[in-house]
Amino acid sequence: MSGAFRIPRAGRLSQAKTARFSFDGQSYTGIEGDTLASALLANGVHLVGRSFKYHRPRGFLSAGAEEPNALVQIVRDGARKTPNVRATVQELYDGLAANSQNRWPSLSFDVGAVNDLASPMFSAGFYYKTFMWPKAAWKSFYEPKIREAAGLGVSPDKPDPDHYSSRYAHCDVLVLGGGAAGLAAALAAAETGVRVILADEQAEFGGSLRFETGARIDGQDGFAWAQAAIARLSAMDNVRVLPRTTAFGYYAQNFVGLVERVSDHLKAPGHDLPRERLWQVRAKRVVLASGAIERHMVFANNDRPGIMLAGAARTFLNQYGVAVGRNIGVYTANDSAYAAAIDLKKAGVNIAAIVDLRDNPTGPVIDEARALGIEINFGRAVIRAGGKLRVSSMTVQPKNGGGERTISVDAILMSAGWTPSVHLFSQSRGKVAFNDETKRFVPGTYAQDCVSVGACNGTDGLSATVDEAYAAGAKAAKDAGAKTAKGAKPKVDASESWSRGMLGAAPGAGPDTTVKAFVDFQNDVTAKDIRQAVHEGMRSIEHVKRFTTNGMATDQGKTSNMHGLAIAAETLGKPIPEVGLTTFRAPYTPVTFGAIVSHARGPLFDPTRKTATHPWAEAQGAVFEDVGQWKRAWYFPKAGEDMHAAVDRECVAVRTTAGLFDASTLGKIEVVGPDAAKFMELLYTNPWEKLEPGRCRYGIMLREDGFIYDDGVVGRLAPDRFHVTTTTGGAPRVMNHMEDYLQTEFPHLNVWLTSITEQWAVIAVQGPKSRDIIAPLVEGIDMSDEALPHMSVREGKICGVPTRLFRMSFTGERGFEVNVPADYGQAVWEALWAEGQKHGATAYGTESMHVLRAEKGYIIVGQDTDGTVTPNDAGLDWAVGKKKTDFVGIRGMARPDLVAKGRKQLVGLKTKDPKVVLEEGAQIVEDPKQAIPMKMIGHVTSSYWSQNCGRSIALALVAGGRDRMGDTLYVPMPNGVIEVEVTGMVFFDETGGRLNG
Amino acid sequence: MAKAAAKKTAAAASPSVDRRPALAGRSTTATGVKVEVLPPAERISLRAPEASVAALSKALGLTLPKKPKTSASKGGRTALWLGPDEWLVIDEGGNDPLADCATVAALHSAVGISHRNIAISVAGPAAEATINAGCPQDLSLDAFPAGAASRTILGKAEIVLLRTSDDAFRVECWRSFSDYVFTFLSEGARDAAG
Amino acid sequence: MLLIRCPYCEEERPELEFRNAGEAHIARSTDIAGESDDDFEKFFFIRSNPKGIIYERWRHMHGCARFFNAVRDTVTDKFVMTYKAGEPKPAKLPGVAK
Repeated sequence: MSGAFRIPRAGRLSQAKTARFSFDGQSYTGIEGDTLASALLANGVHLVGRSFKYHRPRGFLSAGAEEPNALVQIVRDGARKTPNVRATVQELYDGLAANSQNRWPSLSFDVGAVNDLASPMFSAGFYYKTFMWPKAAWKSFYEPKIREAAGLGVSPDKPDPDHYSSRYAHCDVLVLGGGAAGLAAALAAAETGVRVILADEQAEFGGSLRFETGARIDGQDGFAWAQAAIARLSAMDNVRVLPRTTAFGYYAQNFVGLVERVSDHLKAPGHDLPRERLWQVRAKRVVLASGAIERHMVFANNDRPGIMLAGAARTFLNQYGVAVGRNIGVYTANDSAYAAAIDLKKAGVNIAAIVDLRDNPTGPVIDEARALGIEINFGRAVIRAGGKLRVSSMTVQPKNGGGERTISVDAILMSAGWTPSVHLFSQSRGKVAFNDETKRFVPGTYAQDCVSVGACNGTDGLSATVDEAYAAGAKAAKDAGAKTAKGAKPKVDASESWSRGMLGAAPGAGPDTTVKAFVDFQNDVTAKDIRQAVHEGMRSIEHVKRFTTNGMATDQGKTSNMHGLAIAAETLGKPIPEVGLTTFRAPYTPVTFGAIVSHARGPLFDPTRKTATHPWAEAQGAVFEDVGQWKRAWYFPKAGEDMHAAVDRECVAVRTTAGLFDASTLGKIEVVGPDAAKFMELLYTNPWEKLEPGRCRYGIMLREDGFIYDDGVVGRLAPDRFHVTTTTGGAPRVMNHMEDYLQTEFPHLNVWLTSITEQWAVIAVQGPKSRDIIAPLVEGIDMSDEALPHMSVREGKICGVPTRLFRMSFTGERGFEVNVPADYGQAVWEALWAEGQKHGATAYGTESMHVLRAEKGYIIVGQDTDGTVTPNDAGLDWAVGKKKTDFVGIRGMARPDLVAKGRKQLVGLKTKDPKVVLEEGAQIVEDPKQAIPMKMIGHVTSSYWSQNCGRSIALALVAGGRDRMGDTLYVPMPNGVIEVEVTGMVFFDETGGRLNG
Repeated sequence: MAKAAAKKTAAAASPSVDRRPALAGRSTTATGVKVEVLPPAERISLRAPEASVAALSKALGLTLPKKPKTSASKGGRTALWLGPDEWLVIDEGGNDPLADCATVAALHSAVGISHRNIAISVAGPAAEATINAGCPQDLSLDAFPAGAASRTILGKAEIVLLRTSDDAFRVECWRSFSDYVFTFLSEGARDAAG
Repeated sequence: MLLIRCPYCEEERPELEFRNAGEAHIARSTDIAGESDDDFEKFFFIRSNPKGIIYERWRHMHGCARFFNAVRDTVTDKFVMTYKAGEPKPAKLPGVAK
């Protein structure tokens, strides 16, 4: 047996398929197809959680996504512990284990419940008022304590072992909501042949047809019709049907985010199944068929377990075959609760009484209830509920006051009417309009190509809903380009009719009372809190919302917004539309980070770029560093070496024999066309027209503001062809910068740019033996100093493959950069390595590259410059063409502040104690004895131990630096002040003789 | 010493070295789709103004497409329209488009990028869904028919996409992004199959 | 994610393929070196930042790679129209009052 409250023959589940599950360690039996909520209710369990602020015992309010109370933790295994799962949405599987939240030590005895007794202290705006003094205590005391006490559920403490997927999808008509309206719209659209996607958050389609026993369409029971419709739609090639899929966000231009829960309902999900799938759908037309959400009645202790929405009780009965009690009271201001009472009564459950706020309503459901012998009380209110861990009674009073009567019950069903779900419409930036007659907000002005149908559009009655939805589906398809329609509109044979309801607090919870009549269950906001907010000066509903937190919990006020608004309006003495509705924002229901991240984790978090020689470096035991997305060999430690030892050895080797370095990551751009030189003149500070083919030049690129943007060596391969190199990190933005000027400022130039960064692997061979290593492998290039001087480039072959061979140096030694097509990179490297072994060459990494260039005072853009450094600041005036009349940055460079005296200039620093290595980023002062805060005149940009110099070296930006040569400055550090001497930037081989050494 | 080295150059031997393409031979199969790294091909990035298109078409032996999002294919050579003056020319027949363009006097820029790109084939009924795991374009046959070509995005990488038949695509990406792109497509395939 | 019509690709494409490139129709002087400080300030630093219609540059970065111009409403985030780089500011905007 799957629970004492399971009614034989009721519901649609197969009683034979049982599933074992546990809640707070206690084992129960449910049925496949149950939600955790229906399975617990079948076992008579109503108490499932404690409220957020007052720790009040809570049960199920709803049977769906709007659930504010029944949040549980689902534990699959050590790593899979999902908090804040709505028990009303979680489908049961055999072995499911759930725990309640926000209680200690147990659900039925919770110490935190003292908050409920102390509730006068926790009134609206409590946080704003209470923790303001003393100010300093907020960070050290209040905030940590509040954070400890607050929050629902426990975050998993291990990496998420599940995977998540994503899919971009396009369709003509996207239908959101699979109730009668959504199905009718989807059928109409699908029959025209256009591409349709239909999504519904439930496992089964049908929406309210799941509980509306009075509906008949096309001669069938409403639910059966829905299943037939979905079967038809699923069989069509042009339709994608997505159950268990929530449309959580409606973005610009009909871009809608959906989350499909793929495997949370499965006992043992297959390895290849994602837990969830993110659908990013672009639709030509959207049909919103999101239905309506029932409101609760706002009366004292309306949060006791066992008190729930009437429609929810009906769903539990008609879908799951579960009676939510044995002796049930009904409190309503609306017809729909009668239908629940009738269904339950017919199933053999006692209905203690119906209490109806309305004076003398009439209609078939009322007649039927009366005919079934149910006691009906018109013009009366339930002024309070009795019981604590479970409702035990309801106290009834005439709505204008008078004698009280207490009726014993074990559940109360309530309905204050239905609120159209305009969330997605509102997210689409549509403006809602208030219908004064029906007292509800419905879609008013549309901002996107969408249409609302059925209950979410304020349309009453199944017949009108199906008519409207079918017409809207057909029109959406037509607007999206459909030619012909060939279907038939579903015919509604019988339906239920529900009239309106009420908004705001019910009698007994009015302005003169202090009772706890909950408006927002999840954030524990009462009618009194909302009135208090208004009394304390909040006028806009947005302020009331933030002050009381009404509607700000994870359920986003699906049941509470309208009540809160009505109470605020009443207190303000203003009509509802003047107070205004708060804006709905995505997500409609909480979305996991996993779904949003989807594939972008682990190796797919970001591309990891590796060069052609990466496998070789890896095999040599290189340590890699991240440079942008690239992995670059940082240093190559030999056995027993730490980083310093390895770098010292590599640096010395380069200057005594030779070193091999992978420079492939440097950006490379081929600039081709008759105007190539003209273009280069405009993009770089240097002159290019007269650079002979076969020669290279160090180029500086500025932004228009005159600051250094990038640098690199440029080789002229032919009169109309340049091979430009950029910094590794700068490659994409330099290309964009060049394209920008070429396309929009200098479109008259006949020149084109092609990124060749990845076409060429680049092997730098640097050091006195570099030529000896390369020469035996080269064909067709004269390697003599006369034929191939420093700063020149030749095309030829190396190891039988094409090469662009640059003679250039970033170390100050004789040096070459061998460019070969990338797929040959590793093989050529290996050949050079083998040759290098004969001369004692070493491989060196980026750290040694940094040290070697610093020894020579060569700058690194982005390290020694920071976007506010001009060529003059960097000591690179020589690279600016003095006769040029235009280049990007020429005017910016001449701005008054950029030519003023006292600018920070790049200089060298030598510590007085040669063993002390400065910290990069350390600040520099003139007088270390001055009062704090000291006047900082610069900072260290590069700093290394130089084994070749036998001392530390550093580069720094210092105000008026070049006028301070030989001066002593100070670098104050936490454990003492370091004395430094200002020097030139070249620490090694000042004359540069080694370039030809 | 400089002279000695120069002399050695003259006597240089020409050792042939092996080509090691990225991800060579990698493939993965899921229900309804196979993702497979394709062998190397000759490629150029071709840039030219309108006036040069006829001469270049003649030299290349196919008509360079002028319509956005299209390609032209002939004799193992495919030209993909990437922009109003830009084509990616791929030759799988062992001929060198760079050499063909070198004969053209008309204004143009042809740059060899055979090693810059690698190609991955995504084929099978689930190919479209596989690529849509990370590509935001509408890849339905109406919007992206066989022969359609476009530079676009896959996850966080740029790709060039060519639909080679109703249920097959060629995905081109830069060499160092190939591991990311292949892995992304493998995950897409695994999900598209499910 | 917006859909942006690329005037070169002649169709709407997903925003992910594009990159905004700041305000449009700010011409760089052909004699920029001779420009006064005030004029350079206007050219380089001053932008309109309107509430409503803005003329801006976009690049179809991961598509045809062309820069182009767009007219967009900063209130609704809607593109009014797009046109090729170098074309003049449109005299009339479709569907915009005034």
